[in-house]
Amino acid sequence: MNAFAALLTRDLKLAVRTGGGALMGAMFFLIAIVMAPFAVGPDLKLLAILGPALLWLFGQLATLLALDRLFVADHEDGSLDLIRTGDIPLEIAIVAKAVAHWLTTCLPLVVISPLLGVMLNVEPRALGWLALTLLAGTPALTFIGLIGAALSVALRRGGLLLAVLVLPLTIPVLIFGVIAANAAIAGPGPFGPPFTILCALSLASLVIGPVAAAAALRHAME
Amino acid sequence: MAVIDLANPTRFLKLTSRLLPWLAGATVLAFAYGLNAALHAPDDYQQGATVKIMFLHVPSAWLGMLSWALMSVAALGTLVWRHPLADVAAKAVAPIGAAFTLMCLITGSLWGRPMWGTYWVWDARLTSVLVLFLLYLGVLALYWTAEDPGRGSRAAAILTLVGAINIPIIKFSVDWWNTLHQPASVFRMGGSTIDPSILHPLFAMAIAFTLLFVTLHLAAMRNEILRRRVRAMRLMQAQGYAEARS
Repeated sequence: MNAFAALLTRDLKLAVRTGGGALMGAMFFLIAIVMAPFAVGPDLKLLAILGPALLWLFGQLATLLALDRLFVADHEDGSLDLIRTGDIPLEIAIVAKAVAHWLTTCLPLVVISPLLGVMLNVEPRALGWLALTLLAGTPALTFIGLIGAALSVALRRGGLLLAVLVLPLTIPVLIFGVIAANAAIAGPGPFGPPFTILCALSLASLVIGPVAAAAALRHAME
Repeated sequence: MAVIDLANPTRFLKLTSRLLPWLAGATVLAFAYGLNAALHAPDDYQQGATVKIMFLHVPSAWLGMLSWALMSVAALGTLVWRHPLADVAAKAVAPIGAAFTLMCLITGSLWGRPMWGTYWVWDARLTSVLVLFLLYLGVLALYWTAEDPGRGSRAAAILTLVGAINIPIIKFSVDWWNTLHQPASVFRMGGSTIDPSILHPLFAMAIAFTLLFVTLHLAAMRNEILRRRVRAMRLMQAQGYAEARS
């Protein structure tokens, strides 16, 4: 567990210090949401309808941003080899890196999402629920994104390829996230079922993502 | 003959070169029979002649899904048993599967225009096939960007297996998304018992399509093996030049 904590703190430190991109995801999220009303018009009623969908869609894109450097940077400076030969299994080390990524990229998104919800005219009483759906759903995005991040090490190419590979796999998260958010605001359906499915997706990808990513990394470093 | 005997690419090439003309001939015959049966099938009392699009549409959908299943088996072969032909099989089947899925989408869209009055509906079935097509594009993008064929095929194998786990989840979630948003869908396939006069040509076409698929797949595998040999020979040649110069 010590190695896990050490790796987690290392990644957190790297992200918040000079050269790290800890808040880039949140800044992208803010800018993308601010641009949305320019595209759809300043009609508050329309924005209230589109609000949860826009927050989820741009939140999803923002989590992808920091992913392509997640393993590539470690691969380039050789620390990935050390991690691989270290005390803990590669899968667990990957979980540590994923948790660090989630804390630095996704958690800021969740924190600012109520503010952006206000700007999109989402009902005030639903803002907390909306943030809760993002809190429950973004781990799934990170853990599924791990697979793309590991594959981009194997191919020495990240960026758009990562988006092409990962986004189709995250469709269920988007669907249930938006259903749950809409249910919290006004929707006809109950909040519980889609929200629990969202949690289930996060837990399932916690299992699948690191195992697949570790397999991809092992093959990449052969 | 066991699967392991086919691990030798030379033996595989020899076997398929004997097999392919027969398969191609059988495909032509099956299409001649199937298309003829399809042309003479009675028109639907409601849909008229457009029901005949089904004879192309349904087999393409089947093969689009079958291709991913085959790719998953080949991916296991690549990762678990390191079968030397498994990654060739997976690489060869990906574009064919993508093509059949695209054909399913296009024929479905052409069928939808006269039947539902629109080329595209965000219906659960259509959307999940579209997502399947996007997943194929992802695998193809992996193959295109890989510099080293072996590395690319292992990466694609992992993506294929993850996709195989995810496809049922995506299908199920898209169904849920649709039923919540469009309770009264225009797409009502369920419950329609198909008349034998239409079912017979449909099966004939399905067999013809499957034969076409097997023929194309084996031919594509041959091409891939030969392409890799050409690549290896070029690399050896380049190395020879480099050694001669030094």
